[in-house]
Amino acid sequence: MALRQKNKFLEFVYDFYSSMKNHEISLAYEGEMNHQVMKAFTNLTIEKMSRQSENNPIQKKVFHVMVECLQNISKHAFHSELNSENDLNNGVLLVSNTEEFYQVTTGNIIEKNKVKDLNEFLEMINELDDSNLRNLYKKQLKEGAISLKGGAGVGFIDIKRKTGRKLEFHFLPLNNSQSFFIFTSTIPRKLKP
Amino acid sequence: MDAIYLEGTDDCPSVILDKDKNIFKLSGKSLPENVSAFYDPIIAWLENYAKDPLKKTTFQILLDYFNTASSKLILDIFMILEEMQENGSEVEINWHYADYDEDMKEAGIEYSEMVDLKFNLILK
Repeated sequence: MALRQKNKFLEFVYDFYSSMKNHEISLAYEGEMNHQVMKAFTNLTIEKMSRQSENNPIQKKVFHVMVECLQNISKHAFHSELNSENDLNNGVLLVSNTEEFYQVTTGNIIEKNKVKDLNEFLEMINELDDSNLRNLYKKQLKEGAISLKGGAGVGFIDIKRKTGRKLEFHFLPLNNSQSFFIFTSTIPRKLKP
Repeated sequence: MDAIYLEGTDDCPSVILDKDKNIFKLSGKSLPENVSAFYDPIIAWLENYAKDPLKKTTFQILLDYFNTASSKLILDIFMILEEMQENGSEVEINWHYADYDEDMKEAGIEYSEMVDLKFNLILK
């Protein structure tokens, strides 16, 4: 490696580190999302929270949100048929924590033709109040009704119910056939009274 | 009929289905890599049991955690038990939850609203 390139790389490593610190990110991952990866990161996060004496219900909510988000990527397969195996089940995961909340962000490539349905579904969930959301959850379980592929729908409904916050999501267009789906869940560190 | 005894792991619950000893129990964590592969034998066992059940069946749920993929299969279990009850046998569910765990308590209440079975919510 030429010296300049090497220096650039070192700079990148340090910038990455600083950037993580600045954004209070405690965990960052890019790569394949599968069951083993999901278990490793949820356990790591929970162990850390436990060492910091975070209270149990909060630990459980963070665990739950991570499981559902990561399973959405690993199972519900927003695979691109065009793009061979390279980005199959791949994605990014970021976990951050501040004094007030934990945040779990995932990002993954989805096919552009799925964006509309997913967007409508997530917006619909955001419009529902607690009791309607509860009814929808029960209906989904019982009938598997308006399901997105493989039941991903219930996971999103449940995340909104468990966090008590609106779902935050964005779609960044990448090219003619793909978009990047970013999904952030926020878990307040103070429980509702 | 042969009993089922499964030792729990960090992603699969412990299961006991034993007609002779009158124990029906699910405990631990449920987030299996493949939910159908895990729950299919349990569902099949219960469907078989439902053909000739005990006079009274108490199903114990002591789960610490289950993901949404498992929640559908747990409902399937309750629906088999509900049908068994419609066919004349007595069924009740003992739903255990930890004192800090409002979400798990709430989940028990919701299941009790989805099926026509007697649920006892029990503090662990």
